[in-house]
Amino acid sequence: MMSLLLGLTIACYVVSSLGYQGYILFQKRPIYQVSRIVLLAGFMCHTGFIALQYVEAGHIPVQTLHETLSAFGWAVVGVFLVLQIKFHLMVLGALVAPLATLAVIIAAMLPGPQVQLAPFFAGLWRTVHMGTLILGNAALAIACLVGILYLIQENAIKDKKRGFFFTRLPSLSLLDSVGYASLIVGFPLLTFGIISGAIYAQAVRGRFWTWNPREIFAVITWLLFAALLHERLVVGWRGRRAAFMAIVGFAILLFTFFLFFVG
Amino acid sequence: MLVKRQIVSIGLNHKTAPIEVRERLAFSKDDTAKVLEAMSQHPSVEEIALFSTCNRVEFLLATETPDEAIDAVKNFMAEYKKTPREVFEEVLYIHQGDPAVRHIFRVASSLDSMVVGEPQILGQIKDSYATACEHGTCGVVLNHLMHRSFSVAKRVRTETGIGDHAVSISYAAVELGRKIFGDLEERAVLLIGAGEMAELAVEHLVNNRARPIFVANRTFERGVELAERFKGTAIRFEEILDYLKQEIDIVISSTGAPGYVLVKDHFKGLMRARKNRPLFFIDIAVPRDIDPEINRINNVYVYDIDDLKSAIQENLDEREQEARRGERLVDESVIQFRRWFQGLEVVPTIVGLRDKMEEIRQRELKKTFASLKSASEEDRQAIDRLTAALVNKILHDPTQFLKQVGHKEDKSLYLDMARRIFNLDAPKDNETKPDGEQ
Repeated sequence: MMSLLLGLTIACYVVSSLGYQGYILFQKRPIYQVSRIVLLAGFMCHTGFIALQYVEAGHIPVQTLHETLSAFGWAVVGVFLVLQIKFHLMVLGALVAPLATLAVIIAAMLPGPQVQLAPFFAGLWRTVHMGTLILGNAALAIACLVGILYLIQENAIKDKKRGFFFTRLPSLSLLDSVGYASLIVGFPLLTFGIISGAIYAQAVRGRFWTWNPREIFAVITWLLFAALLHERLVVGWRGRRAAFMAIVGFAILLFTFFLFFVG
Repeated sequence: MLVKRQIVSIGLNHKTAPIEVRERLAFSKDDTAKVLEAMSQHPSVEEIALFSTCNRVEFLLATETPDEAIDAVKNFMAEYKKTPREVFEEVLYIHQGDPAVRHIFRVASSLDSMVVGEPQILGQIKDSYATACEHGTCGVVLNHLMHRSFSVAKRVRTETGIGDHAVSISYAAVELGRKIFGDLEERAVLLIGAGEMAELAVEHLVNNRARPIFVANRTFERGVELAERFKGTAIRFEEILDYLKQEIDIVISSTGAPGYVLVKDHFKGLMRARKNRPLFFIDIAVPRDIDPEINRINNVYVYDIDDLKSAIQENLDEREQEARRGERLVDESVIQFRRWFQGLEVVPTIVGLRDKMEEIRQRELKKTFASLKSASEEDRQAIDRLTAALVNKILHDPTQFLKQVGHKEDKSLYLDMARRIFNLDAPKDNETKPDGEQ
């Protein structure tokens, strides 16, 4: 049952990824609508898959890299679908769907319960810690993807080379707003994730903070996003610089994320 | 039997005739009515419509004697416009049959326009057609042709991207503005200087609900005048930088200044003061008003007249591509029209009628025989003969009638009616309906 759901999820994500690319290429609205429905179907299969994992394991399935990647893919799609309600940023699917596909495929290829982090990971704080971090990561991943779209579109306008993307990508203003919205959603989640992680570490190991490399990177990531948000709020930072920061920030975040599993 | 009606198109357009000739031969709306009335009296002219716009003068005729009709039109033009035939004869194009049909389809679809894809032409054609209808100079053939051309034009517009891309400076400015700001509603516009093109661009922005409007002019009084026109506010030239620090989003500049009005140095601290909100400069002036270096500042976009022109050129190229797809749609429709037009003859109509009845007969026979298993071979033959005789008897009078119609003046009318009563032009399979909606 579970492998069937996972298979369905991957199939839907792949089809929807192709569909979104097709939409960018051909600019036909029905292609977009179908891709969206397929993505939604995939998301539901994915939710079912994760729910079954939960029932089987008795805790939220973010124990191994395998599970976490899958949960991350799920969260990215979820955040995207929620954002779509407000922003209708249709082309973003062309980046989000492949990212989720990639995460889930890698997750499916990784051996199941091998990279064990138990007994360190248990209890309510762990659930809070991992849950908020995964959602935060997903939101910041979308901020990064939107940043990429922004840079492409801004380049087209600045260089006055209206090419393939100029007509297909939305306005700078919309891209910037979505980037901002993702940051506003992602940053508090990231903050809360780190704090709950510290509380959890205290509960398990008796120390809040040990200053090991992954924790240092966690702080660096947090500072970077804090700076970006501060500049946006106070000086009205926006556009190219903000997009660039969001991309760099997510790259470091991703690195930190893997450090926790590898290190 | 009389000769079949031919479709003929005679005209001149921006490609064949210079403006001096076009304006000399153009017909006003009042003229058009007179021309239609006079020309429809001519014995060689069965049906006529006239399209006259600034880029074309076009006669569309249905006639049984094309040569005489063409000659009549030329004579009429020479006489009515008091212009010797030699002046316009060599710029005239004449199409007959399929090429004439294709021509009118292309004109209506804006494939033959000076700016390919411009949307006005279809409206103009519809108006002219309405005028012809008012004067009763259109018959079965032109009615069908015109309705077909409207639906071709609609298909070309919706199924190709022929009208998608901006092709004027103001449109290009609005399109770019949209790519920067999303929509232009409540975006503040500053006009520096004055000039026809700049004012047109402001008007376009206003139409897209940009506001408020500010006008800065070296002579304040002139600025006040312009501001009134756009229901805006006049500001002093020295105040430009202060306003840029606050509310302005879009600047259209068109002064006669010999050097730059704004240089990069002016922008120190300016973007911070306006919290980095994007600024879009449209520099229409030659020599330029806005230092192009300013384009390198974050969140500031500077487009000069050449940038806008090249944007338009790209769009024109895109339209050319789409136009090729449009031509294919036109070709398809020409074939469909030809099928209808050829059917508008006595023999094909009678054949069509017989085929249809025979088809019905065979279908019903098959059904009956399938349920009538007990019937012998002899019975079946009897039934077959009976139905064949029925069909023959029923079709006898209509056939005779249609044969007589062949000798009448307005046979197209009767033939068209017969075809419609028996639905002989119903679409077959996946074909889009060959008969227009009238």
